[in-house]
Amino acid sequence: MNRINQKLQSTKKLLSIYFTAGYPKLNNTVSIIQDLEKSGVDFIEIGLPFSDPLADGPTIQESSTIALKNGMTTEILFEQLKNIRKTVSIPLVIMGYFNPMMQYGVEAFCKKCAEIGIDGLIIPDLPVKEYNENYKAIFDKYNLINVFLITPQTSGERIRFIDEISNGFIYMVSSASVTGTQNTFGNTQNEYFERIGAMNLKSPQIIGFGISNAETFQQATKYAKGAIIGSAFIKHLNENGTNKIAEFVKSIRK
Amino acid sequence: MSYFVDENGYYGEFGGAYIPEMLYPNVEELRQKYVTIMQEASFQKEFKSLLKEYVGRPTPLYFAKRLSEKYNTKIYLKREDLCHTGAHKVNNTIGQILMAKRLGKTRIIAETGAGQHGVATATVCALMGLECIVYMGEIDIARQAPNVARMKMLGAKVVPALSGSRTLKDATNEAIRDWINNPVDTHYIIGSVVGPHPYPDMVARFQSVISEEIKTQLLEKENTENPDYVIACVGGGSNAAGAFYHYLDEESVQLIAVEAAGLGVDSGESAATSVLGKEGIIHGSRTLLMQTKDGQITEPYSISAGLDYPGVGPLHAHLCKSKRAEFISITDDEAMQAGLELCKLEGIIPAIESSHALAVFNMKKFKEDDVVVLNLSGRGDKDLDTYIKYFRL
Repeated sequence: MNRINQKLQSTKKLLSIYFTAGYPKLNNTVSIIQDLEKSGVDFIEIGLPFSDPLADGPTIQESSTIALKNGMTTEILFEQLKNIRKTVSIPLVIMGYFNPMMQYGVEAFCKKCAEIGIDGLIIPDLPVKEYNENYKAIFDKYNLINVFLITPQTSGERIRFIDEISNGFIYMVSSASVTGTQNTFGNTQNEYFERIGAMNLKSPQIIGFGISNAETFQQATKYAKGAIIGSAFIKHLNENGTNKIAEFVKSIRK
Repeated sequence: MSYFVDENGYYGEFGGAYIPEMLYPNVEELRQKYVTIMQEASFQKEFKSLLKEYVGRPTPLYFAKRLSEKYNTKIYLKREDLCHTGAHKVNNTIGQILMAKRLGKTRIIAETGAGQHGVATATVCALMGLECIVYMGEIDIARQAPNVARMKMLGAKVVPALSGSRTLKDATNEAIRDWINNPVDTHYIIGSVVGPHPYPDMVARFQSVISEEIKTQLLEKENTENPDYVIACVGGGSNAAGAFYHYLDEESVQLIAVEAAGLGVDSGESAATSVLGKEGIIHGSRTLLMQTKDGQITEPYSISAGLDYPGVGPLHAHLCKSKRAEFISITDDEAMQAGLELCKLEGIIPAIESSHALAVFNMKKFKEDDVVVLNLSGRGDKDLDTYIKYFRL
């Protein structure tokens, strides 16, 4: 069984952390992953930096620009991760935009992920239809989970469809926004979380975008299986470097 | 072979809608409704009336006598430079503002590079009394001050794009992010035949008035609807799409798309996407784009701010790959000389974008009885600074 599906069976609420590979320094990737696991994070999203990250706010844009300036490439990321399964056992997901994967070759990319022990991919600009018609067979061949997004604007019918074709979890975008914009959740979010909860979907939901502290983490996981923190962690790295990762994780999961 | 968009939003292998799920409801609504809305009698009536009374259409198809004599062929200029706001861009913004109103949107966003599309959008927003926000790269704001002032006078808010390379591609990213953040009340007026389906097709349809008029006008002047050649410059490709549109299936009409070579195709400072680009995804569309081996989008260069886009619309990628259109690259120097030549021979100061198309007459020999239509996409007033510096006027 894929590590993601195993993890989703656990009874606890899951905390996932996103970071941009190659930030703050080119060679921080492995130590950040190890430190996050040691700090009790349940799974990790490794961001493959892209020059034009459409769905991201300023914090992740900036970290991507710096990572690319540091020299991060798809090739280098795979090289850094090649022995990661010797030390890390929690699920690892690569999050990135489709163009760099296309240039590497989608099949070659998936094959490499499988060799390394990557469990899934999140590709915000690869639409559900394109995935289903052209790439699903490749992902299945390499036992990779593709994670789809839903938003407060996604229709009930479409959510049912996405639930049907998901084989891991559904990434619930908390609000109509790019990453890193929301600081608190109001009634609109709670209503949306409740509405999705009441749909009794087969796929567990993990909420992302706008989770930045213990309060928003608790609020999100009241309704969903888990939550993902991205921009807030990047800000933490920016302010504290890579030495205080455990403190950050502890502050979320009090 | 079809050169029009198929039911899935593709031109051959190019096109589609590679968008984050956050944009799906907006783009899907547009996809479902755009053709129906455009075909409504009331829409057509309002669109045509505004093009006539407000934009000043039909624009003349002018026989350029002295230019024709010099190159020993028959050259007609389609005078899009005479449109209100100075370029063909307004054909599309008029269409899209009417579309936005019918979709019940109250807030308009747009991207702009040199500022021409921003001005055309600010203009129609003023005309309709709608809120207008234009994203423009911080670097472009500094080098296109008069157009920034125009947009402000027209009531638009100009927001600097501070991310990435701070030019057109980043302004487009910012506009897309704005749309993600404001999914309910906002319509995004894209300025070229780029972006996710249905934008390339919708913009091409609004611009197709150019070739529709050429057909009628040429019939009057040459007793045939079809010229031997149609020439147009291509950045994203909206004026070329409009000039080619009604000729796409007329195989006897040869189409010439002119890209900006910048300092030269091999100089590293170029915007010749058909030569330097590889298939990939930019701004939601699968098309040819300039990128690194690793798939990072690179910054193009041209002296013309309207041509330095790192991609090209999916229709043009298809026309290039299928060889339906011939793609020619013109350097800064060749374009500037051709622009100056039109001033001296015909008393018309062209936009530097259009000057690239004009330079084709020095690259390619036409027969004496060939009828060549060149789409003069814009006027050169906005480029005076560049002309002054280049020619030390």
